[in-house]
Amino acid sequence: MGREFLEQPTITKVGIVIVVLGFIFNIGMTVLSGRKTVVSVVLLTGLVGLAVFFLFSFYNPDNLVLDKYFWWWVVHLWVEGVWELILGAILAFVLIKVTGVDREVIEKWLYLIIAMALITGVIGTGHHYFYIGTPEYWMWLGSIFGALEPIPFFMMTLFAFNMVSRRRREHPNQAAVLWALGTAVMAFLGAGVWGFMHTLAPVNYYTHGSQITAAHGHMAFYGAYVMIVLTIISYAMPILRGQGNAASAGAQRVEKWAFWLMTVSMVVITLALTGAGVLQIWLQRMAEEPMSFMATQDSITFFYWLREAAGLGFLIGLVLYVYSFFVGKATTPARSAA
Amino acid sequence: MSERFTKGMARNIYVGGGVFSLLLLLSLTFHTVSALPERDHRENLTPQVALGKKVWEDNDCIGCHTLLGEGAYFAPELGNVYQRFGDSTETIAMCIRSRPAEGIPGRRSMPQFNLSDEELNAISEFLKWTSEINTNDWPPNIEG
Repeated sequence: MGREFLEQPTITKVGIVIVVLGFIFNIGMTVLSGRKTVVSVVLLTGLVGLAVFFLFSFYNPDNLVLDKYFWWWVVHLWVEGVWELILGAILAFVLIKVTGVDREVIEKWLYLIIAMALITGVIGTGHHYFYIGTPEYWMWLGSIFGALEPIPFFMMTLFAFNMVSRRRREHPNQAAVLWALGTAVMAFLGAGVWGFMHTLAPVNYYTHGSQITAAHGHMAFYGAYVMIVLTIISYAMPILRGQGNAASAGAQRVEKWAFWLMTVSMVVITLALTGAGVLQIWLQRMAEEPMSFMATQDSITFFYWLREAAGLGFLIGLVLYVYSFFVGKATTPARSAA
Repeated sequence: MSERFTKGMARNIYVGGGVFSLLLLLSLTFHTVSALPERDHRENLTPQVALGKKVWEDNDCIGCHTLLGEGAYFAPELGNVYQRFGDSTETIAMCIRSRPAEGIPGRRSMPQFNLSDEELNAISEFLKWTSEINTNDWPPNIEG
């Protein structure tokens, strides 16, 4: 309890472990009894890794430095480690389905992307070990490997656009295609570009714990977590609901509006928080006569109001997204060719 | 991608690179953990400091503050609050004790947590201990 992101009481953490194990058992037995593809094996590897690293959330020593060191094994090794396996696998699956590109080609890309994710991201954990009491050599390791971390995200963007431009079919579910391209671009911008901005130790010395971190966090989580989930929902929902391969044209139009509203709003949120961060660092950490935290916060409220307005735009997009599931319900299910 | 670069090669890079990276992280972790006593002055980690960490967590201080740069960015950094308050644990305890229950109109204001004297002393000692960790000279100045 009382640790950022791991606020759950221990009993809830135990519950999370039970639910995750049940989920992995379900998925695992399904994969084992079906066709074992590269995509499904990578997905399973990611899910098992996710469960293993969550176990570190139970370790909470009295020593704050040790606490923080292993806290990052959940927080960082999820985002920059096992989650990229899951993200890559889901993206590869949807791209196989919507583009009809040869599975061999897609699987080769997937292996390369997750290889780069692990090679850069695992030691890249070091970019969190600059100023929490850990030894100095992490400044070098964290800076170098952290600077390489955009590579897998850039490859993911190349991958998605390449596969879509080489498509062998026009899939009726264009909303799912849009989400798949969107998640690759936004994960690259949020995790890759905005992460790179403050991953070098001399830069992070000034940005650490500022609104820059918040800006990066917002776009990275939306791009790499939210959008891939919405991608697979967009692809799977019409099939699960017996609407054929895609929702009606009307429903897809609403869904695409939701995509653009949420995505553009998230870009504005990120830019507003970046503006807040730059000013905060300047006033509080770099000025000749540094201002106090509270005085600094009072000086940057304009950016918080901007962020708030963009947040309302995002909320409207979210409402539209949910509404899109109820559009065109009455029409007979479209039976389009696969 | 060229035909000569096969899926098998890509898989080998993934498995080899992944396993190597994890082993490297494990060995660096082993070294870091053994080097930490030089930097975290754990000899001063008294039961009172440990209680202070528990008070810190039970009251979700991280829900507003940051500690060594990690937290919610809504309230001041506390990794160096001991120095900011003139090297005084008493000032820290007094500050927490004197928060107005009704808040301060028009600005962010820390709630009144009604901590006991034992808890107040413990959290102050915890923040003092934290401020003496070797953090490679972070934060950049006294404002945090």
